[in-house]
Amino acid sequence: MTATRPKSEGTSEPESPGVLEPYEVFRQEKDGDPMRHGGSVLAPDPTLAVHYARELYGRRQESVRLWVVRRSDIHDLDDPDLLQPPLDRSFKKPGGYVMRDKLEAARKQAGTMKPKAKER
Amino acid sequence: MTDPLALDPVLPERERSRLTFADDVPHDERYRIFEEHVAAGGKVEAWDWMPDDYRTGVLRFVEMHANSELMGVLPEREWLMRAPTLRRKLALTAKVQDEVGHAQLLYRVAEDLGKPREAMFDDLLAGKTKFHNVFHYPTRSWGDIGIIAWLVDAAAIVAQQALRDSSYAPYARTMRKICWEESVHIMHGRDVVVTLVTGTPVQRAMVQDALDRWWGPLMQMHGPRSPREKDRDLAWRIKAKTSEELRQEFLGIYVPRILELGLSIPDPELRFDAVAAEWRYGEPDWEELRTVVTNHGPMSEARLAFRRLNREETRWVRDAILGDPQLAA
Repeated sequence: MTATRPKSEGTSEPESPGVLEPYEVFRQEKDGDPMRHGGSVLAPDPTLAVHYARELYGRRQESVRLWVVRRSDIHDLDDPDLLQPPLDRSFKKPGGYVMRDKLEAARKQAGTMKPKAKER
Repeated sequence: MTDPLALDPVLPERERSRLTFADDVPHDERYRIFEEHVAAGGKVEAWDWMPDDYRTGVLRFVEMHANSELMGVLPEREWLMRAPTLRRKLALTAKVQDEVGHAQLLYRVAEDLGKPREAMFDDLLAGKTKFHNVFHYPTRSWGDIGIIAWLVDAAAIVAQQALRDSSYAPYARTMRKICWEESVHIMHGRDVVVTLVTGTPVQRAMVQDALDRWWGPLMQMHGPRSPREKDRDLAWRIKAKTSEELRQEFLGIYVPRILELGLSIPDPELRFDAVAAEWRYGEPDWEELRTVVTNHGPMSEARLAFRRLNREETRWVRDAILGDPQLAA
């Protein structure tokens, strides 16, 4: 278990006015790019959070889109038992299939040669 | 035939970026795991468990950096209305805006470590926390603006580039953004300097005069030599290089670029020692550095006084945003 992050209870309504809260800012650099985390701003409400985000993450035309999300609205999962179970998952990855020696044996058995790069 | 089982790939040890602790791991054990983690190049996020002295170490470092960005705009701000052309004025305005933006990003990183922004301003204005030596000096001419944007920012970026791999991940990410913006400032400054040295004799003398005055503070900027093994910030990998490594790197890149413009550097002892592969220089005035950073520099009080005035004048904005009940009444 990781140290607990401060989270507000349940509701996604803004907190009482005058309370500054962190908002996470995600930015898209150009059309078609993924949204990437940029940083965070501290604001009393979403409107000002968006203004601050524009000022700090879009001032130089470095973004085509910003997502501004109240930190406490993020559902965080980092449980290693679920995400990084200590099991061999190599069969789910291309690198999990190493057949060089077996291929060599198969060619030898069939009396063939390794195809040239172009024909492979 | 080879046993197919023997061919099964062995996965590399899975590297966890996250420090995970069962609630019942005793403090000393956590501390040991944490030290191993950062020593091996592991990263720390705001929500990870960290020892108190790591937290305060990062906070002190980031807060000083944020203070320097905030105070650093004041010398340049004085030249916004005196910039020689409209394009220079736009560039300088953008630079000032960038530096204030950097201060905001860095204060945000520090806030997540537990110190409220207002408390950081209180400490800065009360002289309890510091800002970089170079911002305690006056700017006497447009030549100063060129030298500051070129060489002060260059000396800063040498340090900042080494921070892009800080063990404190939110700081490292912020430094990547800041370095990208700073590189524009250096170009702006170098362009100002190159323009002046190719101008009239008066303009040329103006740059040389600025360089003569700024060289001392520039050599002091990274701080006195200190043994690597005694530096807690290095051991925690909050920063990556010693002050002397940074100074050597700065000299290596910028001395040739200064000299190629026909400017002279006011240090008769400055030379590259090819045998030792390092720069030799006259001992910087460390007494001056100590005097200046403890707010006894020529402009320390004036800069802080301006910041205090500015904070009072903008108080109504913060009150309005935070909905001060007294204002609503």
